Amino acid sequence: MFDSLSSRLDEIFTRLRSKGRLSEKQIDEVLREIRLALLEADVSLKVVKAFVVDVRERAAGAEIHTSLTPAQQVIKIVNQALIDILGHETAGLKHTDRPPRVILMAGLQGSGKTTASAKLAKLLKGQGRKPLLAACDLRRPAAIRQLQLLGEQVGVPVHFFEGAAEPEVVAAGALQEARNEGFTDLIVDTAGRMNVDADLMAELGRVASVVSPTETLLVCDAMTGQDAVNVAEAFLQEVEVSGIVLTKLDGDARGGAALSMSFVTQRPIKFAGVGEKLGDLEPFHPDRMASRILGMGDVLTLIEKAESAFDEAEARKMEEKLRKADFTFEDFLDQMQALKKMGPMSQILGMLPGMGKMPLDPSQIDSQLPKVEAMIRSMTPAERNDPTVIKGSRRQRIAKGSGSSIQDVNKLVKQFEQVRKMVRSMSGKKAKLPPGMKLPPGMGF
Amino acid sequence: MPESLIVLLALVVVVGGAFLVVRRSKTRVPSKERPSPSRPQRSPGSTQAPDLSTEPILDRTEAVPVPSEPPTTPSTSVRPSLKDRLSRSRKFFSDRLADVLSGGVDEDVFDDLEAMLIQADIGVEIASRITADIKAKASRSSSGEEIKALLADELIELFDAQRDRDLVFAPESPTVWMIVGVNGTGKTTTIGKLANDLRERGHSVALAAADTFRAAADEQLAVWAERTGSQMVKHQPGADPGAVAFDAYRFAAARDVDVLVIDTAGRLHTKTPLMDELSKIRRVIEKEGKVHEALLVIDATAGQNGLVQAKEFSEASGVTGVVLTKLDGSAKGGIVLAIEHTLGLPVKLIGVGEGIDDLEPFEPKAFVDALLS
Repeated sequence: MFDSLSSRLDEIFTRLRSKGRLSEKQIDEVLREIRLALLEADVSLKVVKAFVVDVRERAAGAEIHTSLTPAQQVIKIVNQALIDILGHETAGLKHTDRPPRVILMAGLQGSGKTTASAKLAKLLKGQGRKPLLAACDLRRPAAIRQLQLLGEQVGVPVHFFEGAAEPEVVAAGALQEARNEGFTDLIVDTAGRMNVDADLMAELGRVASVVSPTETLLVCDAMTGQDAVNVAEAFLQEVEVSGIVLTKLDGDARGGAALSMSFVTQRPIKFAGVGEKLGDLEPFHPDRMASRILGMGDVLTLIEKAESAFDEAEARKMEEKLRKADFTFEDFLDQMQALKKMGPMSQILGMLPGMGKMPLDPSQIDSQLPKVEAMIRSMTPAERNDPTVIKGSRRQRIAKGSGSSIQDVNKLVKQFEQVRKMVRSMSGKKAKLPPGMKLPPGMGF
Repeated sequence: MPESLIVLLALVVVVGGAFLVVRRSKTRVPSKERPSPSRPQRSPGSTQAPDLSTEPILDRTEAVPVPSEPPTTPSTSVRPSLKDRLSRSRKFFSDRLADVLSGGVDEDVFDDLEAMLIQADIGVEIASRITADIKAKASRSSSGEEIKALLADELIELFDAQRDRDLVFAPESPTVWMIVGVNGTGKTTTIGKLANDLRERGHSVALAAADTFRAAADEQLAVWAERTGSQMVKHQPGADPGAVAFDAYRFAAARDVDVLVIDTAGRLHTKTPLMDELSKIRRVIEKEGKVHEALLVIDATAGQNGLVQAKEFSEASGVTGVVLTKLDGSAKGGIVLAIEHTLGLPVKLIGVGEGIDDLEPFEPKAFVDALLS
């Protein structure tokens, strides 16, 4: 499932020990893997083809980096090429001299326009701005009501016109209200439409011409497949797309559609929807997306999460303990609590590079962890601090107390001891990441 | 044993997490100092869980120094040239197939065939296999038409012809269907269309508004109930979906309603608690009755992630069939081929438009023809 590009490239290059310039044949082999990785990540085929040509050119002219292995060298090139398409920096919203700044939300049905509109309103409000939402989706039943309710939740007024037949009329009214009442931003939610539906696409064009948007954001579902190119091209013909909002990025889709859309529109992805709560809209980080598409894990986000969950002094203390190998169940419990704050374990694991090497379904972890926790909590402080005292009757008591079997307790104790041994052997050398958790180049610390 | 691995892995993560923090803190630029998150001091042995609500789980407002290397090539010079390589033609499959096949059969033909299958979201693995099969079967003298027929046969073979694609009705009412899927695939609209079809065939229908999460989801469903003359059972927004489903079942049983259709909230298959909620809906119904169909709604634009979705939803809610929506767009919905082939989940219905009648039984041959047209 997480069979990452980096591990596959590693395989290719294990046959080759030497460092230095890549041969033509190696490049071919590598490019085939890259093509496959991109297609599996749902990057559209034509974008993949153009991309692979670009990478070939870059690889052929690449300088020799003695510090990098060939695999790292290729990944660096690929990563860079991806970032060149996705954009180098996190792009914000454009400014306008004449408020209100109008933001038009467009996209297919079910891409998440209404939710993204409300999230954006909340984000802007949090920045001290005064946004107004306009309910211009007149097609889907209760779409106006949905926006009204979301508006209430984020504390942003919603302009609507019950019974209106034409969205451009509602949009014009909303613009008027925004001007009169001194709103700084107007976010126009529109109906979802099929890119092949000429009438509806023309309707979108009319709404755009009425409000002359500063930003036209194309809302795209991160789970979209090959069709992303066609969708982007069709919307581009009708409106001046200025940026992309990538939604549902909290799933496990690789999100290759982001690359396709960005490539076709030549516009940056400005925001990413990362959860169901209305605060879950974030500025988009191109570099992180690049790693995600390549299946290299989202290390930076992981670190950011870790930073907010662990505090530094404790982390140092932990490192000290690990070095001396007196890591106890007590410490484990502490770490687990901190880790929990980072979100579901399966999600965290998804961000780790090298997951392809772990023979495990990460989604099981979230259901298993409470069991482990219950077992540790059923231990006395003495047992937690010195697992070696956990013998027969104690095991029985722990099993009873946690509602698990003695076998489970046995396994836990045994595994824990193994890990301690592993840590001990590691701590002899310099502190390093466990095997399989190599960091992608360009992302070192 | 999965459990043992999990423990091991959890530890690895814990250890890894600690290292990451330490490694990073060592290299942190002093000027980028950030307030360390305040959190209650935990004394060793304390079993009190930290209060999760008082601190941001993830604070994105701070500037994170992103280590980046200078680009090897300025982006401005790259983009246009890349762009130029994109052909703007958006031909239909059949046109391109005709193009491909007009040139006589050679190696390129098969590459192009494979490309076309990939572009229909069938997935690289199946696309490569089918192409290889055709290559083996075709001869140098094969005509374009023959190759096209071979291709159609291969695709149809991926669907099991013997598979029953009819929706299951209970011998004694109420029949219970639950509708599941990720966000935005068209669950509620599908329910509206289903209700309409059932009503036209003379069945009485009740809809259960078990999407208590999305704003105004119940009102959207109410519009469909009214349009189709169906009854509807709902609770307050935010109510337990299991309770809604249970009440709706009791309601349907008491009033002799023929078919109960349960609308559920869209959810990403990666969210374990939400997936558990689906299992619960099924369980509460099964206390008194039976769920006859759990239909997974998949969007035709879905990419390879659709396969993972189908697997996860199956595990949580015992999916019995797939509804493929939004086939009226430019997307081909090839992922259902992979879903049916690898997971054995029959595609039962397709959504082909925004009209109330735009729901049709799935027929493999028609689907494959459309895919190749």
